[in-house]
Amino acid sequence: MEPVIGLEIHVELKTKSKMFCSCSADYFGHEPNTHCCPVCIGLPGALPVPNKTAIDWCIMIGLALNCKIPLFSKFDRKNYFYPDLPKGYQISQYDQPFCIKGDVEIKIDDKDKSIGITRVHMEEDTGKLIHSTVNGKEVSLVDFNRSGVPLVEIVTDPDFKNAKEVKVFLQRLQQIVRYLGVSNADMEKGDMRLEPNISLRIKGEKSLPKYKVEVKNINSFKFVEKAINYEIERQKEILESGQTPEQETRGFNEQKGKTVSQRSKEEAHDYRYFPEPDIPPIKLTDLEIDALKDNMPELPDAKLERFKKEYLLSAYDSEILTREKSTADYFEEAVKIGKDHNISPKQIANTIINKKVDIVNVLPAELVKTIVAGTQTTQIDKKELEEIIKKVLAENPKAVEDYKNGKENAIMFLIGNIIRRIGKRINPNQLKEIIIRLIK
Amino acid sequence: MNLNSLTLKEAKKGLLSKDFSSVELTKACLGQIEKYDKEINSYITVCNEEALKQAELSDSKIKDGDDSPLLGIPIAVKDLYSTKGIRTTAASKVLENYIPQYDATAIAKIKNAGAVILGKANCDAWAHGSSGENSDFGPTKNPWNKNCVPGGSSSGSAASLASDMCIASTGTDTGGSIRLPASFCNIVGLKPTYGRVSRYGIVAMASSLDSIGHFTRTVEDNAMFLNVTAGKDVFDATTPYIAVPDYAKGIKNGIENLKIGVPKEYINSGMDPVLSDLFQNVLTEFESLGANIINVSLPHTEYAIACYYIIQPAEVSSNLARYDGIRYGNDRSYFGKEAKRRIILGTYTLSAGYYDAYYKKAMQVRTLIKKDFEDAFKNIDAIVAPVSPTLPWKLGEKVNDPLKMYLSDIFTVTANLAGIPGLSVPAGLVDGLPVGIQILGPQFSEEMLYRVGYAFEQKTKHYKEKPKL
Repeated sequence: MEPVIGLEIHVELKTKSKMFCSCSADYFGHEPNTHCCPVCIGLPGALPVPNKTAIDWCIMIGLALNCKIPLFSKFDRKNYFYPDLPKGYQISQYDQPFCIKGDVEIKIDDKDKSIGITRVHMEEDTGKLIHSTVNGKEVSLVDFNRSGVPLVEIVTDPDFKNAKEVKVFLQRLQQIVRYLGVSNADMEKGDMRLEPNISLRIKGEKSLPKYKVEVKNINSFKFVEKAINYEIERQKEILESGQTPEQETRGFNEQKGKTVSQRSKEEAHDYRYFPEPDIPPIKLTDLEIDALKDNMPELPDAKLERFKKEYLLSAYDSEILTREKSTADYFEEAVKIGKDHNISPKQIANTIINKKVDIVNVLPAELVKTIVAGTQTTQIDKKELEEIIKKVLAENPKAVEDYKNGKENAIMFLIGNIIRRIGKRINPNQLKEIIIRLIK
Repeated sequence: MNLNSLTLKEAKKGLLSKDFSSVELTKACLGQIEKYDKEINSYITVCNEEALKQAELSDSKIKDGDDSPLLGIPIAVKDLYSTKGIRTTAASKVLENYIPQYDATAIAKIKNAGAVILGKANCDAWAHGSSGENSDFGPTKNPWNKNCVPGGSSSGSAASLASDMCIASTGTDTGGSIRLPASFCNIVGLKPTYGRVSRYGIVAMASSLDSIGHFTRTVEDNAMFLNVTAGKDVFDATTPYIAVPDYAKGIKNGIENLKIGVPKEYINSGMDPVLSDLFQNVLTEFESLGANIINVSLPHTEYAIACYYIIQPAEVSSNLARYDGIRYGNDRSYFGKEAKRRIILGTYTLSAGYYDAYYKKAMQVRTLIKKDFEDAFKNIDAIVAPVSPTLPWKLGEKVNDPLKMYLSDIFTVTANLAGIPGLSVPAGLVDGLPVGIQILGPQFSEEMLYRVGYAFEQKTKHYKEKPKL
């Protein structure tokens, strides 16, 4: 048996305003129903006006996933009833999405694997249901703050064979989206939502299985593998008993670590898609698409290659440094400053990687200073340094005794004395190591 | 002459020269409503207090030298337009208690131009209908003959103006809902080019067809009104950046040597013979004004109603989905028969397996109908056609025959499918009942329509005929 897995991934964009109105899209943790207007609560007569930035960002995601960008695209209405959907339809894209036919390279056990991207399209998020008890009565409340927040849906080809590949791909996608700066892509906060379609076939078979199971509610990175593996095992058991699993939608239950049936094939929606009459079709030009390409930040792969070439770093170092854009930017800033102090990119890379530098609180200039200081210490002859330290220890027996008795502060007193005696900047940590060794 | 029967132009002049005040003018309209609307039933909500307050404010502005285009002019608003703080029902019990938190763009513009809103006019519920009888607040009567329908769906807007209860009124036209009642009530009604006037805040019927227009007593009044409502709206993505001219400016240029097309498909299609004769007289009038009458063909006209009754219910079924019983108080059981009929029809034609055969096909036919007009307008400046194949019918006559009711839109739906403007102008009386003609032109040719309409109106003066209430 061989799993066949395709993914639908929703990424919420962090644009300033919502997809079709000017309400703030930054809803997380805000008082319910405070980011709303006639458009996003679907009042009679309200009309959607598409957010240009959101469309640009959707296309940028498509470009980053090597997609083709058709010059003609349109929005469609996806009709269904749910209390969190105030218009009774979601504005989405059906047969002419912004981006089609892309691919992404991932590395699995040092081997390259290409994952096909079927399409990337733009839609709006729904409101949120909150089930609670008011005055002893069980009620469902609707919060429309999220309603109309721009959502990009990425659909992959069924190219995954196991949960690990899915996880690696997701990390990759998260990295790309964060590099683009278009979403925080935080699964725990719901910025990135995964819905895998899972089925099994006999190994070596080419055609797709006659059924598939969609799994929803995987709300955390750590449950991705768990949910998929559970589902694979469940289907395997059914198939081995000679039956075919039902085509259905299942939800992942975190507490139980199981998937549970939500909706069968018979209950599947007929969304009655038709072109959204309130929004004229979107016509793009090659010039506009090129301009978007030109404005895209350097993506992880390109950055990694450049780091190897420009800074003569190993693939390993480059990979760690480019894993997050903030680290890569920090590194490059430090390299620039380090140049004036004869500090090599490799030294900076080593420091960042080995010392796990706190890049949020330590400025690149400070980091370079520390490295410079560390470098000068080594210029003092080791024997000479040890002589000085021994002397200072001999002159201060009380402090040595105090330290031995557990007074941590005493060692700082000794370090201060030593630095004064040397008269040069020196790495205190290095001194500390020698002192401790000598005392013992 | 009563103040409430003045044209917009006359009323404006009188207000500015302080012959009378807006309060007096408004009171005259409210008095007429008080006196006759119990019978006509053209209003769902009358805003006595707010209107008088607004009129007082207008008077003080006039004193201060303000001459905004609609300052102090009492207007009736179709109950499909969202009015902040004023109940907006769409003539459906579903929205019986709905008070909008915002103004439709057209309302904001009208208010900004100084208009006094008298109240919310009756109409077919959700604008579904050609007679006004589908209103959940009772049918509106035709002021010319109270046993007859005033035409729909903007029934109250038309009847209110025709019975001198306002100086102008607003409507919506998705398949003829302005032109038909204008024709049945002897007033001027404009269905503008699709997108010329913002739809934002107006309860949607069929989004790709809805046009936001208005009723006035004269063509010039109508142009003055469009000057206020037309233009790009950042809240409506279907309004293009096309400059708004002064529509009243070239109105008197005459129509000498203009080429006016008459589509043969509109003449040979089972029209009431009395109306055919009247229409021939109309053409003679146009010729006497110096226009050249040219026979044209719009070959796909016969498919228009079928095409319209696929696209329109499809969009209706989606647009009415938001009234799901969770908000607005009343649930779906409050929908009337016609709304239910259209929801079912539209849901069916959009369903998987039927979409290609119905909706997609209809959209293709729509493209052909649009092309018919484009081709025709290559050789002519405007089209003149009847609005309705029949005279206003009796109340109840078509209520149980939806298909017959749908066919009354046979001459009007084409303009909506093509997105072109249409101006309905009074053309005379038959058996004491009004008959109108429509002037159609290419997209954004409202200036031309007004020019043609004005020439005809000034020659014939049918608008001066008033019903005896």
